[in-house]
Amino acid sequence: MSEAERMVGRDLSPASLLLRRVSVLDPRERIDAPHDILIEGGEISAIAPPGEAERPDGVELIEAEGLLALPAFFDPHVHLRSPGQEHKEDLETGTRAAAAGGYCGIVAMANTTPPIDTPEAITALHQKARRLASIPVGFVATLTDGMRGERLSEMVALRSAGAIGFSDDGLPIRSAEMMRRAIQYQRLSGGFISLHEEDPELSGLGVIHEGEVSAALGLAGIPSISESTILARDAAIARYEGGRLNFQHLSAAASVEALEVGRAGGVELSAEVTPHHLLLTDQELRSLDARFKMNPPLRAENDRQALIAALRSGTIDCVATDHAPHHADEKEVPIEAAAMGTTGLETAFSALFGGLVEPGIISAATLVERMSAGASIVGLEPARIALGRRAEIALFDPKASWVAGADGWESRSANSCFGGRTLRGRVMMTVAAGQIAFRRRNFAIRIAR
Amino acid sequence: MRHLLDIADLDRNDIERICERARSFAEIGGREIKKVPTLRGRTVVSLFLEASTRTSSSFELAAKRLSADVISLKATGSSLDKGESLRDTISTLTAYGAEAIILRHPQAGAARLVAEWAEAAVINAGDGKHQHPTQALLDVHTLQNRLGSLEGRSIWIVGDVLHSRVARSNIGAFLTMGASVTVCGPPTLLPRGIEALGCRVESSLDGLGEADVVYALRIQNERMVDAALVPSLREYIDGYQITPRRLGPRQLVMHPGPVNRGVELASELVGAPNSLIAAQVASGLVVRMAVLYEVLTRAGGLSAVPEPTPPRSTTPTTVRSLTPASPIGDPA
Repeated sequence: MSEAERMVGRDLSPASLLLRRVSVLDPRERIDAPHDILIEGGEISAIAPPGEAERPDGVELIEAEGLLALPAFFDPHVHLRSPGQEHKEDLETGTRAAAAGGYCGIVAMANTTPPIDTPEAITALHQKARRLASIPVGFVATLTDGMRGERLSEMVALRSAGAIGFSDDGLPIRSAEMMRRAIQYQRLSGGFISLHEEDPELSGLGVIHEGEVSAALGLAGIPSISESTILARDAAIARYEGGRLNFQHLSAAASVEALEVGRAGGVELSAEVTPHHLLLTDQELRSLDARFKMNPPLRAENDRQALIAALRSGTIDCVATDHAPHHADEKEVPIEAAAMGTTGLETAFSALFGGLVEPGIISAATLVERMSAGASIVGLEPARIALGRRAEIALFDPKASWVAGADGWESRSANSCFGGRTLRGRVMMTVAAGQIAFRRRNFAIRIAR
Repeated sequence: MRHLLDIADLDRNDIERICERARSFAEIGGREIKKVPTLRGRTVVSLFLEASTRTSSSFELAAKRLSADVISLKATGSSLDKGESLRDTISTLTAYGAEAIILRHPQAGAARLVAEWAEAAVINAGDGKHQHPTQALLDVHTLQNRLGSLEGRSIWIVGDVLHSRVARSNIGAFLTMGASVTVCGPPTLLPRGIEALGCRVESSLDGLGEADVVYALRIQNERMVDAALVPSLREYIDGYQITPRRLGPRQLVMHPGPVNRGVELASELVGAPNSLIAAQVASGLVVRMAVLYEVLTRAGGLSAVPEPTPPRSTTPTTVRSLTPASPIGDPA
């Protein structure tokens, strides 16, 4: 079974669209210029100079001057909460949120209720995704049985059932010996291993980043070494065993350093960073607002700067949201009792575009590359705007300005750390797997038939 | 003042005003009938969701001295015990017409959340390890009574700073009043980044001689030894206990209570002439009266100090009808 076959979604009719005079930005294809893009039967059938493509019968015309056509994004790290926590999110709402954010593929984590640790669970989720998912979804299985960290999950059987990889996300693998066995066994099963790196003892009962804000608020701190020490440990094991590891949601400058050191021997390591760690710091916590409580926590400004530099240089491979929906009841409590996590799929690109691209901190091309590079981590080809490719395109209006959450969310949950902020630029339409996965409601006015 | 959540909500003038008003209330305690009708007919809820003796009793007595109607609730035996959310409990109290809620809660930020939900004025009586602003106010009040001003004074706060909401509130209040603050304790009990609050950080009592005031924090045995934050109580005592030998006769000693005699403080210091511990408890009552007065009358200036009213006055007097007036005079 190929990795692509492990990505499952609804089968709709393939898109037939002509995007006229759209500004195409695809760093992999080295395109940054206006073009006409013709999509027929879900495939890109022509890329012509602006205004020159003919519109065949039955193809919808979109006058897209001023809009950006981007290779659609890929998120290797989201929580869809199914099975068991559908009051927070499910496959339908979660994939709709992803489509609204410009994604053409996402990977759902396994820390559900119960955790996804049996082949039957993977099969059931694939059946569900075929009915409900607006865009293709891959499902990881737990790396250890029940996420207990005591024995490996049935990695081979899980892969045969269609698991795209393995993760105990939410929890670290405490035991170095267990980590070692997982990497050994990966040689047999294949599939990427994605790790939440955290030393549970150093984190203790920590609530937010350990630093001047935690000191001022009297909250137990989560030190940055909680992440970097375990990352260094696992990089060393991967080097010894020749494994391939993905490090989730890097949050600290010390972790970037540990990653660079770990890679030195040519070890296959990849890493993710979230939009919130790139844009926000622990100063947000001074308000004691539980929407800013996540794990790993928002850290200090020097950490944020190190993450930006690492994303720019490619040391960190991709942006992943760690989309973590929670019910309002779990956030409307004192911060120490509140659930960890923020939603992210609907805001990721806009928040980063306004926060990093517009001020000139990172180029649009680099950001676009990093938003879709998550596919490579999983073993898939990232989206490309190229002739003959299945269309995977995010149509983005860089001039749009919107207040996050003001007109509701596609996600079932509203715990967005960007909620209430004015964001720059907005995804208007998403083509995923050659199908129109999302079309913004007020976008209709741009369409001529 | 709408709420009192964090000592940082108050500037120097606010603290001066509250302490001044507390001094004017002190006289009521000397009367035969220790009650004024200032807050008659006002509903005050005291919601203590964590163990407390002195804070809850002094708030309750403060409200009663001002003739407010007081409801006292505790976690055990309340609906919170049955799993009711804090938000729903607050809705219930709001429906009773509670005008002030005094909240003690084991978690940081609880008072701020309740202030968002409730129509009532909220007084933070301790939220987790975060803040305990009335403790800071009563400590400033106590020191002002003894020293006049805190300006230029050196105050050392000694002990378990990591777990202390008193330390965090008092650092803020003492700095605001012009004192310099040093926190001192074993490195394992000093939170990383605490110096950003503007205090000096020491791990040895060697420089204690320069302190005008030594403020000892309570050491919780179980926390220290079971969590292995210090090797042993004996080692803590050797390094950090405030003793007559370590303290000059003119250096004042304070403690938020309850004291572990012989742990953070040598037993004989508790009642020593340079101990302000009893004065702190007395200040607690009048400062909390002043704070209740502030939040329930939305008082701004000192001019709003109430006239004393005859204890058996039959005319209902509301605070709003009081004219700006002089400090409290003799009871009629």
